Amino acid sequence: MAALRSLNPPHHQRKPLMFEAIFFYFCTALLFAAALSVIFNRQPIYSVLSLLAAMFCLAVLYVLLGAYFVAALQILLYAGAVLVLFLFVIMLLNLEPEAIKRMRLFTLRGLGILMAMSLFAILIRIFRASSGRIPVSTPPLDGSVEELGRLLFTTYLIPFEVTSFLILAALIGAVSLAKHR
Amino acid sequence: MISPIHYLVVSALLFAIGLAGILIRRNILMILLCIEVVFNAANLAFVAYAKMWGDLGGQIMVFFIIVVAAAEVTVGLAIAILMARQLKTLNADEANFLKW
Repeated sequence: MAALRSLNPPHHQRKPLMFEAIFFYFCTALLFAAALSVIFNRQPIYSVLSLLAAMFCLAVLYVLLGAYFVAALQILLYAGAVLVLFLFVIMLLNLEPEAIKRMRLFTLRGLGILMAMSLFAILIRIFRASSGRIPVSTPPLDGSVEELGRLLFTTYLIPFEVTSFLILAALIGAVSLAKHR
Repeated sequence: MISPIHYLVVSALLFAIGLAGILIRRNILMILLCIEVVFNAANLAFVAYAKMWGDLGGQIMVFFIIVVAAAEVTVGLAIAILMARQLKTLNADEANFLKW
């Protein structure tokens, strides 16, 4: 039994901690650079491509957190579907140059950044206030497709089914809106 | 050692960046993109809390958020197309015909 345990050490010992830190800080730096580029780019198409980079960094963070299925969904659904939709719409809408010229790119820049920074300060205060109640030891989490699928089709079955109605409504709404002349 | 608290701080900063984008950009497509950034910050917080409490419900919630975001983007982009077609602009400030 002891030999078996030494062959199969607990999860936190098996994980090389330094690599996790390197991956975390690298991906976080890249994520923030991409997110800032999303906001401040003048061309919407470059913003979409920056958001694509940010999605990939987030997927790496999900993998580091052990959420493998969520990381796969992030790539497939966000990078594969939502951002392609954005790209199509941006390429379809060619506004005349006159309309682009009279559009102001930024409004209330100082006030907006001030509000965002104060919200960040509030969130950090909330996290600090709630950090005393964190459980010391938690059961290891298995974010695989099997576990999530089992939960999705037992405990969360009704929300899952309601979701299909939401998708149907969005589909019909989008078609009827965009077809309208 | 990277704890879930680190991820929560990253999520808070990402949320703030997205909110700043929503407040300062006026192109309606850019506002939709910044809403996506905010959704992703919320997703990261959910996954970090799932890890922190050892509860898979957080990851399930991310699944639902992604689906709702996809539905929102579909309708939002349809509205943007309609706006570009009828008002000949994408500026959110120029769509003020409901104001009296």
